[in-house]
Amino acid sequence: MPQTPLVSVRDLTIGAKTDSGRKVHIINGVSFDIAPGEILALIGESGSGKTTIALSLMGHARTGCSITGGQIRVGRHDVTAMSERARQVLRGTEVSYVPQSAAAAFNPSQRIIDQVIEISTIHKLMSRANAEKKAIELFRALALPDPETIGQRYPHQVSGGQLQRLSAAMALIGDPQLVIFDEPTTALDVTTQIEVLRAFKSVMQKSGASGVYVSHDLAVVAQIADRIIVLRSGEIQEEGPAQQILDAPTHPYTKELLAAFEPVPHEAVAAGEAKVRSSILRVADLHIGYGKEFGREPALKVVRKVNFKIERGRNLGVIGESGSGKSTLARAIAGIVPAYRGTMEFDGKEFGMSLANRSKEELRRVQIVFQLADTALNPSHSIEAIIGRPLTFYRGLKGGQREARVIELLDMVKLPAALRHRLPSELSGGQKQRVNLARALAAEPDLILCDEITSALDTVVAASILDLLKELQRELNLSYMFISHDLSTVEAICDDVLVMYNGEVVEALPAADMSSKATHPYSRLLISSVPKLDTGWLSGLEQDPELVAAFSKR
Amino acid sequence: MCTLPTSFTPYFLIAQRLGIALITLVIVSFAVFFATELLPGDVAQILLGQAATPEAVAGLREAMGLNEPAIYRFLSWLAGLASGDLGISYVNNMPVTQLIGGRLISSLKLAGVTTLFTVPIALSLGIGAAMARGSLFDRVVSVLTISVISVPEFMVATLAVVIFAVWLGWLPALSYGVEVDSWSAMLRGYAMPVITLSFVVSAQMIRMTRAAVIETINTPYVEMALLKGASRSRMVLKHALPNALGPIANAVALSLSYLVGGVIIVETIFNYPGIAKLMVDAVSTRDLPLIQSCAVIFCVSYLSLITFADVIAILSNPRLRHR
Repeated sequence: MPQTPLVSVRDLTIGAKTDSGRKVHIINGVSFDIAPGEILALIGESGSGKTTIALSLMGHARTGCSITGGQIRVGRHDVTAMSERARQVLRGTEVSYVPQSAAAAFNPSQRIIDQVIEISTIHKLMSRANAEKKAIELFRALALPDPETIGQRYPHQVSGGQLQRLSAAMALIGDPQLVIFDEPTTALDVTTQIEVLRAFKSVMQKSGASGVYVSHDLAVVAQIADRIIVLRSGEIQEEGPAQQILDAPTHPYTKELLAAFEPVPHEAVAAGEAKVRSSILRVADLHIGYGKEFGREPALKVVRKVNFKIERGRNLGVIGESGSGKSTLARAIAGIVPAYRGTMEFDGKEFGMSLANRSKEELRRVQIVFQLADTALNPSHSIEAIIGRPLTFYRGLKGGQREARVIELLDMVKLPAALRHRLPSELSGGQKQRVNLARALAAEPDLILCDEITSALDTVVAASILDLLKELQRELNLSYMFISHDLSTVEAICDDVLVMYNGEVVEALPAADMSSKATHPYSRLLISSVPKLDTGWLSGLEQDPELVAAFSKR
Repeated sequence: MCTLPTSFTPYFLIAQRLGIALITLVIVSFAVFFATELLPGDVAQILLGQAATPEAVAGLREAMGLNEPAIYRFLSWLAGLASGDLGISYVNNMPVTQLIGGRLISSLKLAGVTTLFTVPIALSLGIGAAMARGSLFDRVVSVLTISVISVPEFMVATLAVVIFAVWLGWLPALSYGVEVDSWSAMLRGYAMPVITLSFVVSAQMIRMTRAAVIETINTPYVEMALLKGASRSRMVLKHALPNALGPIANAVALSLSYLVGGVIIVETIFNYPGIAKLMVDAVSTRDLPLIQSCAVIFCVSYLSLITFADVIAILSNPRLRHR
């Protein structure tokens, strides 16, 4: 179809200045077109430059970055040659933006409606009354509850999924020709993600605008994009129609991305193989809460009536949406948040609820690995100091002995020994998570609590971390309690699964039977909400609306 | 979001903050009373001088109630304080309230003029520097504020006297005794103490305001405003500033509270008839009731500034205002 593209980008180069003042190219000669009405996906891992490219279409480069070469044309405008003032006119009216985290992108001190119609206020597009009317129409089209009044609320008074849809209304108010979606569903639960994706898809079809959809998740992108560009280190690896990328990838990196999606069924430790199937952790009637205590019960009860056991050498997965209490459960087992009722038994002996009630030996045997290695590792300590600390604390190792053990541990998590002299900020996300894991291993624990340790990582990196966990388990006879919101991750590593909803375990069953035998409606909803690598999955998906209404806080 | 108990309304939090301020005040007055008690020397002895007979000293002690237990004297002093009776000065036998009255107003005038002069200038410089971050203007402001912070105020005061009063002869070296009958005379009288105080106070305010605004400018919602086509001033004034209000109020209060301490040096150097000067004189004459009252007044002004800033921070938090 000989059609003038709406957007054409030629030889785009974007440079950045590192903290040390060195200049680097983060985008290297990228060229592509977007046809009117087409949705283009930019896919790649973090650091691949996908968001940087998307923002450059609005003439914006984040602090420290600048567009150093090439040409960007949007409609009749040459964005690269424009003045900042002229770009201000372009933003919101011709090109608009849907942010990654709407929760952070809404100003906490202004009403939602004022922010949704701000584009029309800034560019004087229409009267306030008309803008509000239009916003309410958009709210309705995005299937938001109470479209007439939701705008009067403040951002903290609506849910995350609602905010994400409200941010789409904010982007569409000025009738833009191009909408940029910057990982808009990454921060949402799978059950919420579906509704948001559906809403985006339908309003984009109605408006006829073109779109750029930035994501690291191929399965999500497959639902909404017409064409996919695969990026790595600021360069285009492969480009083609969505169906073709999924069915017949040609570039090795695309194949690697797709391979990370392949379900890797976990081979459970055979029942006969384990000499003694003794349980390492047994939890009965556990209740956990936060806040001031009123008569031995905390003000905020987060987890109720949890029972389970973990057998030595086997893994338990805990799955549920954000706010279901799964991380709180891990914290209670680690002793950080003492449970206020119930019992815990570790290796046949009663286990203290709080850190103060546990012996050093008991503390050593249970270790926790936190979700964000960025915040879990002290930024001003070297890797050696970080891993060496538990060695000195639990094992009394010092000097050369300690250094030798640190090198051994780094080797176990497949990191070079030279890394021990670096600071966490000098490591990549995947490397940091490995260090985080090595620190837990330093204590030589029997049980490691993994709290969403792969959710902040890119698909390929996360898959390699899972492989590492399995390998370590074979060598060290560990047990994992694996907390995740991602079903496929849990299936890849766990023997048993607990499904949590609203602070309670709604279903417990072997991981292998999860997809086929789960009976609880919430489990079914969760399973059916996981996006599949199939462009027709979302449009073909049917979920019982009553079920959805009952279980998702949308 | 988790549901918090209803007691977390802003009014409850404000009441709580006021209660804490009151308790702090009682604790501080306790400390002030017993710290002054520890001052070396016997008041009766000092009042009567070297030649006094032991009988006369004992009689005076009895008459002044100095033989009562300390805790009893503290409680009755506290009761007097609460009812506005600050006691009788040892030295000139006048009610402390009368001694302090005029002086307090003079000091408040000085502080008020300094506040009116500094706050608008400091806030606009701080916000301006944050808006033009990394520019020449920002760097000039940063260098100036750092150099001003590093110079102690007695140095600034002395230099001001040398330059404006001695060399140029524009302003009077002393503020006391200047005829305050016209605007120009008043300006001339206040100019040097105000300039000296402003130097120190505004430098802190500029730096903290700049930091608070920059922190909010770096948030995703300000970037979002940029991507909606907002101009730089709209981004800062409409999106960043309202969310930086709490930290800015705290910065202003902390800086202004410095006036309370800084005023002692400035009033002494310029011989300004304020309450700090009164306190310095009271220390040299060991006039305990006067010292104690002045100390409590300083404490009250400090506490009310900090509490005021906290209340603004609570009220400017949308999560507390709209639940």
